[in-house]
Amino acid sequence: MKIHEYQGKEIFRKYGVPTPRGVPAFSVEEALEAAKKLGGRVWVVKAQIHAGGRGKGGGVKVAKSLEEVRELASSILGMRLKTHQTGAEGQTVRRLLIEEGADIKKELYVGMVVDRGSQRAVLMASSEGGMDIEEVAAKSPEKIHKVAIDPVQGLGDADADEISASIGIPQAALAQGRTLFKALYKCFVETDASLAEINPLILTGRDEVIALDAKLNFDDNALFRHPDILAMRDLDEENPAEVEASKHDLNYIQLDGDIGCLVNGAGLAMATMDIIKVYGGNPANFLDVGGGATTDKVTEAFKIMLRTPGLKAILVNIFGGIMRCDVIAEALVAASKAVSLKVPLVVRLEGTNVELGKQILADSKLPIISAKNMADAAQKVVEAARK
Amino acid sequence: MAILIDRNTRVITQGITGKTGQFHTRMSRDYANGKNCYVAGVNPKKAGESFEGIPIFGSVKEAKAQTGATVSVIYVPPPFAAAAIDEAVDAGLDLVICITEGIPVRDMIMTRYRMAGKSTILVGPNCPGVITPDEIKIGIMPGHIHKKGPVGVVSRSGTLTYEAVGQLRELGLGQSTCVGIGGDPVNGLKHIDVLRMFNDDPQTEAVVMVGEIGGSDEENAARWVKENMRKPVVGFIAGVTAPPGKRMGHAGAIISGGKGTAQEKLAVMEECGIKTTRNPAEMGKTLKSVLR
Repeated sequence: MKIHEYQGKEIFRKYGVPTPRGVPAFSVEEALEAAKKLGGRVWVVKAQIHAGGRGKGGGVKVAKSLEEVRELASSILGMRLKTHQTGAEGQTVRRLLIEEGADIKKELYVGMVVDRGSQRAVLMASSEGGMDIEEVAAKSPEKIHKVAIDPVQGLGDADADEISASIGIPQAALAQGRTLFKALYKCFVETDASLAEINPLILTGRDEVIALDAKLNFDDNALFRHPDILAMRDLDEENPAEVEASKHDLNYIQLDGDIGCLVNGAGLAMATMDIIKVYGGNPANFLDVGGGATTDKVTEAFKIMLRTPGLKAILVNIFGGIMRCDVIAEALVAASKAVSLKVPLVVRLEGTNVELGKQILADSKLPIISAKNMADAAQKVVEAARK
Repeated sequence: MAILIDRNTRVITQGITGKTGQFHTRMSRDYANGKNCYVAGVNPKKAGESFEGIPIFGSVKEAKAQTGATVSVIYVPPPFAAAAIDEAVDAGLDLVICITEGIPVRDMIMTRYRMAGKSTILVGPNCPGVITPDEIKIGIMPGHIHKKGPVGVVSRSGTLTYEAVGQLRELGLGQSTCVGIGGDPVNGLKHIDVLRMFNDDPQTEAVVMVGEIGGSDEENAARWVKENMRKPVVGFIAGVTAPPGKRMGHAGAIISGGKGTAQEKLAVMEECGIKTTRNPAEMGKTLKSVLR
């Protein structure tokens, strides 16, 4: 799960990661109030969307008067902000963060993720702050410094200081760097984060280190023990079809093709998307219905897929091992009737009671196209979508 | 021969009294030699009782001491599953197979840390389990699609493994052992570990390796294959069409920072002499083409 920058900074402050003072705002009036409350003469008006690249997209601006805060807030609120992470359609800005201006001497990068190889949290840092870290990794990997953290010992002073020195944090600020990295690690572990990123981490004119940005992602599997973080979820930032699917315990991801897929199992669901492509079609979604493809679930899945503009056909690919094919066939027939399915439906059933399942589909008198295996199913659905 | 498990393996089921545990214990007990293999269950609150004739003990340690079982399978719910693995490791079992999906990554980091230097092997979590056809099935895979034979199967996914097995069967090819290593980012056995075992197993003549986007386990395994594997390996990677930054069902199936793409994995595998296919309907056919 992702959260906004201002929420990330609230969490950072709790753990003692220094951030600029700031106040979130949901309207132009609130933005003005926030600026007044913060005082000073320079403010930063920051669009709050989940995607990165907000600055380049024109969603982060500096204001030097309250009048400018008003102007910037009204132009940024409601704009469709396009960044390299939002796609061409952009994302509507509904929230702002008004922050005090910062005296930036140097921009650095700090990030924390779980490294699969070492099976530990890894602290990554670079002197190249403000840039896309993937770009730095590609162009000058020697500028990225990493340390894998022992889960029992935690981040040691020596490691923290070495990272600080390697990215150009001066001697005078080493103690601050140490405190910040340790606080970040504690925050990462205790909130069950999957990513904690500060880009940029700045060094000010007075040699202070401050988190100018905050990006926190969380392990979905651990949200059950963090109701406070779960409450920060912003459904406006998520794909509506994916939000709807998650309510019905369906694992759904919207893609840009025109052939809907309904599959049991994540690996088979990906492979089904892939085989549609092999035969010249384009998948409209990833959908894993899991182990229990009940009539209710299949009906909801059909409804969600049918919202895809220009959907031309649906492919159902089920390898029923424990799940019986006759039960799935009943669910498919009932769901097709419930949504008055108009697009062609190709069904591939395999596994326990497959003959009975196929018979149920045939007896339904619905125009269901039956396929004998995965390749046959993909060919048939691509053909049906072309008609 | 086979790898990891055979007809003589004796199994403890952790989480035997839950709905999932009950269902799959029944299915596994009814497969091949399962009646003799499933000798114990664990539930501290129901020690002394039994599940359809299988005695329930208060702890893994006690179950092991009383029955001599050396392997456990875990169906415990996610918040408690890592602790269940810890218990099995502390009891000194040889092999722990964790089926549970949805264990927090932080819990698995701690569990893997505690396992360092111990001899217990972990398969999973978030996996279908392990099956040695016609001998024993430990996990949730449909037993009836498998048959004994020369092909080893190792995979990160459940139903996609069944698909591969189904295709092999269509071509008359049986399996030595099928190992589902699971879809989580922090787990036990990786592709490379299972390939090592297949390399040393006299029954296995060739291996199907099924991977998916995320991480670099397939690349690591491929490089090992190039240097060490004496048997042909074929591969498929799911997720050529998966968009970056999205978690595709499995917690570990995500392209992040431009890393872990299917294209990258397939390229390395091919460089290392693994015959790959982009068509998931041709996993069986590809394997058959390399069989000596």
